[in-house]
Amino acid sequence: MLQIETTDSATNPRLLLRGTSSGRFRGKMADRAFGSAMLLCALSLFLIVELILSALLLKSRLSIGQFGWNFFSAKAWNPVIGNFGAATFLFGTVLSSLLALALAAPPAIAAAVFVLEICPRALRSTVSFLTELLAAVPSVVYGLWALLVLVPLMRRPIGPILKLLFGWTGLLEGPNFGVCVLTASVILAIMIFPIISSVSRDLMRAVPVEQREAALALGATRWEMIRLGVLRNARVGIGGALILGLGRALGETMAVTMVIGNHPAIVRSLFAPGYTMASVIANEFAEAGSDLHLSALMEIGLVLFLVTTVVNAIARLLVWAVLRDRPARAA
Amino acid sequence: MPGALAARERARVASKRRRATNHAVTAIAVLSTVAALVPLVAIIGYVAWKGTSSLTLAFFTQGPAPAGGGMANAIVGSGIVLGLASLIGVPVGIAAGVYLAEYSHGKAFRNIVRFTADVLNGVPSIVIGIVVYAWVVERQQHFSAFAGGIALAMIMVPAIARTTEEMLGTVPQSLREGAWGLGIARWRTIVSITLRTAMPGIITGCMLAFARVAGETAPLLFTAFGNQFNSVRLNEPIAALPLQIFVYGMSPSDEWHRQAWAAALLLIALIVAAVALVRIFAKRRLPEGWR
Repeated sequence: MLQIETTDSATNPRLLLRGTSSGRFRGKMADRAFGSAMLLCALSLFLIVELILSALLLKSRLSIGQFGWNFFSAKAWNPVIGNFGAATFLFGTVLSSLLALALAAPPAIAAAVFVLEICPRALRSTVSFLTELLAAVPSVVYGLWALLVLVPLMRRPIGPILKLLFGWTGLLEGPNFGVCVLTASVILAIMIFPIISSVSRDLMRAVPVEQREAALALGATRWEMIRLGVLRNARVGIGGALILGLGRALGETMAVTMVIGNHPAIVRSLFAPGYTMASVIANEFAEAGSDLHLSALMEIGLVLFLVTTVVNAIARLLVWAVLRDRPARAA
Repeated sequence: MPGALAARERARVASKRRRATNHAVTAIAVLSTVAALVPLVAIIGYVAWKGTSSLTLAFFTQGPAPAGGGMANAIVGSGIVLGLASLIGVPVGIAAGVYLAEYSHGKAFRNIVRFTADVLNGVPSIVIGIVVYAWVVERQQHFSAFAGGIALAMIMVPAIARTTEEMLGTVPQSLREGAWGLGIARWRTIVSITLRTAMPGIITGCMLAFARVAGETAPLLFTAFGNQFNSVRLNEPIAALPLQIFVYGMSPSDEWHRQAWAAALLLIALIVAAVALVRIFAKRRLPEGWR
């Protein structure tokens, strides 16, 4: 880069060559070839979308034709007699993800506020490094930890304590095996915490400093400044961050599969084992005996893809509305 | 003037309450940050504690055996699958980013591609797994390391494209204009000036994408599939560390649990090393928001 700045075109023969017509022609050809190659690679993003959509649509045709809309309301899932309905998986996915979001959202936003507005500068990078580490731990390692450490802990002492505290809600009935919807939600909450926290942090950072100064100048305390100056301005984007976290939770496979119990049923109790869309694919896809079974799993994949895509699109639009033209973090 | 006194008294009480709220909220923020970091420390600490005791020489040099044994096959397998994925994903991702930042003039088109990349970043990895199964594995009639590499590459491309585009966006326009003014061809300007200036950021993006796919399990379940034996063939099922952690973790065997912990430690060490390297490497060269 520096070389170019000191290059004198009059003394550099290679640059002079560009003046001749053949040189200019070659340069144009090279330029065009290079640009086309780059374009092809950019279009590969659309190709990936197309590959995903066409594979899912094509392979799920059999199941869509056989079950139609009943697929989403039927609870039966019986590969032996070839009767498939996805209601239990939809229920399990939505329940575990929403619960995870409810568990993760308050501390994630509070942590973002802490790092950005309260934390002493010296601590700041340490805390955000730790949050980043949390995001870097692979899903299967969370699953391993949840299965071998969290599940026994849920069995005793956490489960009984929760039952004592929240038993009146009627959501914690039945035997507590440890492998259950609640455990899956807890591990999901731990997993989506970093993304919610880091995206909200970026959004709060995008709020102009004048907003903070104005609030402080009016005599606001720090909390009032955060509430009036920061949170109110960033609320749309924070909503986006939460939805982004939800999207992650909906599609999360390994950790959930390892602890949710993999039992298709719609039960009110959070202590009961459940099943999600992603985990039924993970468990049954490789062993699917019939074409119909495979097709039903593909249709679940299609639903999963569409749902997460819509959720992510909404989240991105909300975050973009706030962060436009600012370098966003690769989430 | 009793009215003024009462007003002052009211203001004093109000400000006391406001200050109390302020302290309470500060305390809540601190507590929730600490509470959120507890699982992190617990997980990393537990993996380190359980893992170190099982990281023996055999773990690195032997394949699965009835008693003892190790994960040499999975380590080699992971290396091969990740290598393949990077070989495809890194160039394509960077090129896509270059197109977005340097060639696309229509703002609408550029936004659509960006949006597509962002949404692709959020597609559940298990979906990628079954899609590659349908396109590659079913056609070849068998699982293969090659299919696994493709699945991971499909996850890498959108991620790398986005970071590359953003990093190129931080290169001052005057640098490009200077090069054009000297009559340097456009592609040459991009390769030797723009890309070179943004290189630290782009490498960071690639390493983060690598760290992300290194731990991916779901896309490999039906593509690379796993293999009990030592295999380095691209056209055959191949073992991978995350797959092995999943299988061993779900088994009832204590010995396999120990090996799963060791593999988890190895995987985390690999990823943390990549992330830490990125932070040290990129600290001063990245724009605010990336550090």
